[in-house]
Amino acid sequence: MQHIPILRMGELLLVTIQVDMHDQMALQLQDDLTVAIARFGSKGVLIDISALEMVDSFIGRMISDISGMARILDAATVLVGMRPAVAITLVELGLSLPGIATALNVERGMALLRRNV
Amino acid sequence: MNVALDEAPLRSDHEIVLARQMVRRLTQELGFSLVDQTKMVTAASELARNALVYGGGGRMKWELLDNGGRRGLKLTFSDEGPGIANVEIAMTDGWTSGKGLGMGLSGARRLVNQFEIDTRPGAGTRVTITRWK
Repeated sequence: MQHIPILRMGELLLVTIQVDMHDQMALQLQDDLTVAIARFGSKGVLIDISALEMVDSFIGRMISDISGMARILDAATVLVGMRPAVAITLVELGLSLPGIATALNVERGMALLRRNV
Repeated sequence: MNVALDEAPLRSDHEIVLARQMVRRLTQELGFSLVDQTKMVTAASELARNALVYGGGGRMKWELLDNGGRRGLKLTFSDEGPGIANVEIAMTDGWTSGKGLGMGLSGARRLVNQFEIDTRPGAGTRVTITRWK
């Protein structure tokens, strides 16, 4: 099973999704991230999806779930880098990712997390 | 007039990924805009997953359409699963019989120009979607 790498930067965790994930991989990322948050006591998670050409309801749910799990583990999540075509499609699909903090790019996302932790 | 016709299996997570990559390639060949490509790929991903998760696996068939110079892509997702007893309820936002968000069928319909579903309990499910350039 291929894992999505999770980078630790001080109190933050950084995840860059660079592959067209199959469903099992998305679920694995959920597991890996929650384990990493608990292990390192991370206060923030940044998920960069700038390489993703598509977000469907499964991946949308995975992102919502990660954000909820992280919150319960006392970590904030910021989703960054969504492509405009993906945002348009996601909203039309019926998912506007309520309650998920977003930023346009990694730099702004990091700034947002650093302000909050 | 159909200018090409082919199909791919949907029996695993990996084959869902391959199916959406195929749809991406087809929409690019047809000259769809980036937003239209993304809508069709996303709709295909939802329906491919439905065929796998609820239908126990199936296949995706594609047809490139040319209607007097207007080009389009028609995709058919079929499985031999249990079928859907009440299509009207299944098409409702938020309704799910399984682990999903319940946005698959209703969401996919909003992303395409034409949407048809043919299903009966015990007779499998066939969903056909078309998007024009």
